[in-house]
Amino acid sequence: MQMPAPDARTLGRKPVIVARLREVLPADAVIDDPVELRAYECDALAAYRCPPLAAILPRSTAEVAAALKVCLAEGVKVVPRGAGTSLAGGAMPSEDSVILGIARMTRVLEVDYADRIIRVEAGRTNLSVTGAIESDGFFYAPDPSSQLACAIAGNIAMNSGGAHCLKYGVTTNNLLGVTLVTMAGEVLEIGGAHLDAPGLDLLGVICGSEGQLGVVTEATLRILAKPEGALPVLIGFDSSEVAGACVADIIRAGVLPVAIEFMDRPCIRATEDFAHAGYPDCEALLIIEVEGSPAEIDEQLGLIRTIAERHSPVEFRESRSEEESKRIWLGRKSAFGAMGQINDYMCLDGTIPVSALPRVLRRIGELSAEYGLEVANVFHAGDGNMHPLILYHANTPGQLELCEKLGAEILTLCVEVGGCLTGEHGVGIEKRDLMTVQFTPADLEAQMRVKDVFDPAWLLNPAKVFPLAASAGRRGN
Amino acid sequence: MRPTTEDDLAALVRGATGPLRVQGGGTRGPLAEGDVLETAGLSGIVLYEPAALTLVVRAGTPLAEVQAALAAEDQRLPFEPGEMGGLLGRPGDSTIGGVVATNASGPRRVQAGACRDSLIGVRFVDGRGTVIKNGGRVMKNVTGYDLVKLLAGSHGTLGVLTEVAFKLQPIPPATATLILPGLTPARAVAAMSAALGSPFDVTGAAHLPGTGTLIRLEGLAASIAYRVDRLLVALAPFGQAVVERDPAAAAALWQQVRDAAPFHGREGDVWRISVRPSDGPEVAARLGGEVVMDWGGGLIWALYPAGMDARAQLAGIAGHATRVRGASANVPAAAPEPAPVAALTAALRAQFDPRGILNGEASQ
Ligand SMILES: Cc1cc2nc3c(=O)[nH]c(=O)nc-3n(C[C@H](O)[C@H](O)[C@@H](O)COP(=O)(O)OP(=O)(O)OC[C@H]3O[C@@H](n4cnc5c(N)ncnc54)[C@H](O)[C@@H]3O)c2cc1C
Ligand SMILES: Cc1cc2nc3c(=O)[nH]c(=O)nc-3n(C[C@H](O)[C@H](O)[C@H](O)COP(=O)(O)OP(=O)(O)OC[C@H]3O[C@@H](n4cnc5c(N)ncnc54)[C@H](O)[C@@H]3O)c2cc1C
Repeated sequence: MQMPAPDARTLGRKPVIVARLREVLPADAVIDDPVELRAYECDALAAYRCPPLAAILPRSTAEVAAALKVCLAEGVKVVPRGAGTSLAGGAMPSEDSVILGIARMTRVLEVDYADRIIRVEAGRTNLSVTGAIESDGFFYAPDPSSQLACAIAGNIAMNSGGAHCLKYGVTTNNLLGVTLVTMAGEVLEIGGAHLDAPGLDLLGVICGSEGQLGVVTEATLRILAKPEGALPVLIGFDSSEVAGACVADIIRAGVLPVAIEFMDRPCIRATEDFAHAGYPDCEALLIIEVEGSPAEIDEQLGLIRTIAERHSPVEFRESRSEEESKRIWLGRKSAFGAMGQINDYMCLDGTIPVSALPRVLRRIGELSAEYGLEVANVFHAGDGNMHPLILYHANTPGQLELCEKLGAEILTLCVEVGGCLTGEHGVGIEKRDLMTVQFTPADLEAQMRVKDVFDPAWLLNPAKVFPLAASAGRRGN
Repeated sequence: MRPTTEDDLAALVRGATGPLRVQGGGTRGPLAEGDVLETAGLSGIVLYEPAALTLVVRAGTPLAEVQAALAAEDQRLPFEPGEMGGLLGRPGDSTIGGVVATNASGPRRVQAGACRDSLIGVRFVDGRGTVIKNGGRVMKNVTGYDLVKLLAGSHGTLGVLTEVAFKLQPIPPATATLILPGLTPARAVAAMSAALGSPFDVTGAAHLPGTGTLIRLEGLAASIAYRVDRLLVALAPFGQAVVERDPAAAAALWQQVRDAAPFHGREGDVWRISVRPSDGPEVAARLGGEVVMDWGGGLIWALYPAGMDARAQLAGIAGHATRVRGASANVPAAAPEPAPVAALTAALRAQFDPRGILNGEASQ
C-alpha cells in the first residue's frame, strides 16, 4: 500500500503546530506524545499503520472550527476519526497529519417523537442512539455489525449499512441534517428536521464522502417506532444457485423481509466449529427475518415457506421462541469472529446485481482454487452486497500480497457483472487504486471537483478514495 | 435541439455558444432563457429486471410509459411522483428525467423516501459537454462520492441527465386508507404524528380539505386487516375514522393529495412549503387560506393571493417555501439559501458548468 511521502516542512514544524492548537483547545484535547499517539495509528484495517503528527479531541463545534482554522493556516492535513472501526483504512493517518477525533462529542441534543427525529453530537455511537430512545418504543434503523463501537460521524462518512437495510435503507436514507465544519473553519447547517433541501442536495453528497469534504459535528436522524416483533427462519439448500433463485422469487412475490442473509458451505462449516449454532451441513443457507405482530409474521412466513418449498430445501427451520431465534442468528453473527479464529482474513464488500449471483459465486470458487486461498461467502443477499472473506496467513511471507491480488480480481469481477467495488465499507485506502476499474477519468474528475469546492487545498483526508496518480496534481505533494 | 444519442447531446453542449434550456416534458413550462434542448429523443427502457427490482431507463422516457411497464409486472416507483400539469394548467407528459431533476416525490415519501432515495445511478452530460456516470444499477453502493443524490433535484443546473436507474417496489396486494373527518390542522397533525409514530408502517399521512385526514396502510391482506383495527383504536381520540378499502377509490384520494388537486384551476398562487411536521399547523395559521398537508404535516401546499409573498409570513420557522405556480417580479420563486450554503452551490455549479450555460437562474 503506497502512501504519499510526508511533507517535510510540516514534520519540522510539529512543535509550532502543536503549540498553536493548544492556544485554541483545552490542554487535554491535544495529544502529541508518541506513545499516546499509537492509539490512532490505524483503524480496523490493521494491516496498515502510521502514527499521526498529533491528535486532537475537541468537545464542541466551536473547538472543531478553531482547530481547523489553525490547520488550514499551517497547511496541515487533517484526518477525521470517529471510533476507528473503518475496514477500508478511511481513518488511517499519515505521518504529517493531525487526527481530529470526534469521540468526546456524544451528547443527545434533541429528541422529538412527534416529528420522529433525534439530534445528536456525531461522536455518539450508533447503538447508543437507539439506546436513548428505545425505552419509548423507538429506534434508529441503520445497524452496522460494529454498532456497539462505531460513531454516527463514521456512519455518515461511510454511508454505512446494516443487516436490516433491505427494509429501512442505509445511513443516507435516514439522515436529515448535519452540522458541517469546513476545512476553512466555517460552520454550515445542512438540512434539518424538515425533509427537503431548498437548493442542491448537499447532504446527499456529504454522506459517503469519507471525511473529505468537512467535519461532521452534529446530525439530525430519522427515528422509527419499533416493530411489534421479529422472527427469523433458516432455509438450507444443496446448491448456491437454488438458494439464489429462492431469494429472487421471494423478492418477486412482494414479501419484504427486513433481512435476507446468505452463507455458503465454507462459511457454515467454520462457524459451526466455532459457535455450534446447529446449522445444517449444506451447500448454502438463507436466514430471512420478517417483522410485525404474530399474525403478520405468520402470514409472511407462510408465503416464504410456499416459495421455498418449490426449491426443495434440505431444511426449513422456523423459530418458536426467543431462544431459537437467537440460535438461528448465532452462526451468522459469529461468522466474522469464527473466520478470525481459524485464520487471518480479508473482508471484501463488492455489490452485484442479484441476478449475477450464481455466476459470481462460481467464479469466486474457481479463483479461490487458482490462488490456493480459501474464500468463504457470507452476505446480504436481498441487495446483492457480497462479503467474500479471503482466508490467509499474515505470518507467511507473500500471503498478504497474494490475498490482495485475489481480492482485486474478485472486486473487478463484481464491477464486470454490473456491480461496484464497495457496498457499505467505503473506498478508503483499500480500494483507492481499483477505482479506475469502475470509473473513467472523467467520472473521477467530476467527483474530485466536488472536493475542490469544499476543500480547495485538499487537506482533509487527502490520500484516500481517489487513485494517488489521479489526485496527485491536487494534493500538492 | 433534440439529440437522439448521448454522444450527440454531449457534442451539442460542447458546441453551444449561448444558454441552453433543458426540457423534458415541459410540464413546468418555460423557466430559463436560452435555446430549448429537448430530452425526448433519449427515450426507452435500457434494462428492467423485475426479480432484482431494478430499472435503468433513458431520461427522456415519459413517466407514464415507465409506470405502465412496471405495472405490467406488479411493480412501481416507490416514491409516487405526481403529475403537475393539472396544477400548473399546462399540457404535456412528465419525463422520468424531469422527475429526477426536480426530485419530485409524493405522499409515500414519509415511508419509502424521496426520488433521490430510490435513485441508484445516473449518467449525465455536464456543462462542459463531458459524459459522466455515477452510482450504477445495484442497491448498495458507496464507491466514490454520491453524485446521484447531487443530481437529483439539481433542476438541470449541473448537467443534462441521459440515463437514470432506480430500485423498485412490488405493489402490495392490499391497501386501506383511514379517513378522519373534520379535524383542524393542529389536530390533523397530531393524528398523523400518532399514526406515523406507531409500529404499523404507515405509507401516507395527509390532510385534504373537504375530505379529511388520511392515513394509508399497504401490505399483505391479513396484515392490513390487523393494522386497520389497531390504528382505529389508536386514533379513536381523533374521532371515528371511515375506512376506504377499495384500491381504486383510495388511489384517487391519494392522487388528489399528490397533485394538490384542490387548487387546480383556482385563482391565486400555489406555494409548496417544507417544514418539520409539528410546525405545519403554525404555517397553516399564518397563511390563513386553504392548505393541503402531506408528509404528516411536513409538506404544505398553500393557495395564496397572486403576487403576494407567502414566505414573508413564515419568518422564524425552519424550512423553506417555493412558489410553484404564479409569478412576481419582486418575490423569488425559490427560497434564497443562507450565504455560505449559496456560495457552495454557486461553486459547484461553476465546476460542473463553468460557462454557466445550463438553465439560468430562473430554473428553480
Ligand atoms: C420547485 C419544484 C418542486 C416540485 N416538486 C414536486 C413534487 O414534490 N412532486 C411532484 O410530483 N412534482 C413536483 N414538481 C413538478 C415536477 O417538475 C414535475 O413533476 C416533473 O415531473 C416534470 O417533468 P417534465 O419532464 O415535464 O420536466 P420539465 O418541466 O421539462 O422540466 C422540469 C425541470 O427539470 C429539468 N429537466 C428536465 N429533464 C431534464 C434532464 N433530462 N436533465 C436535466 N434536467 C432536466 C428542466 O430543465 C426543468 O428545470 C416540482 C417542480 C418544481 C419546479
Ligand atoms: C467488526 C466490524 C463489523 C462491521 N460491520 C459493518 C456493517 O455491518 N456495515 C457497515 O456498513 N460497516 C461495517 N463496518 C465498518 C465500520 O464500522 C463502518 O464503516 C463505520 O461507519 C465506521 O465508523 P467509525 O466511527 O468507526 O469511523 P472511523 O473508522 O473512525 O472513520 C471512518 C471514516 O469516517 C471519517 N470520519 C470519522 N469521523 C468523521 C467526522 N466527524 N466528520 C467527517 N468524517 C469523519 C473518517 O475520516 C473515515 O474516512 C464494520 C467494521 C467492523 C470492525
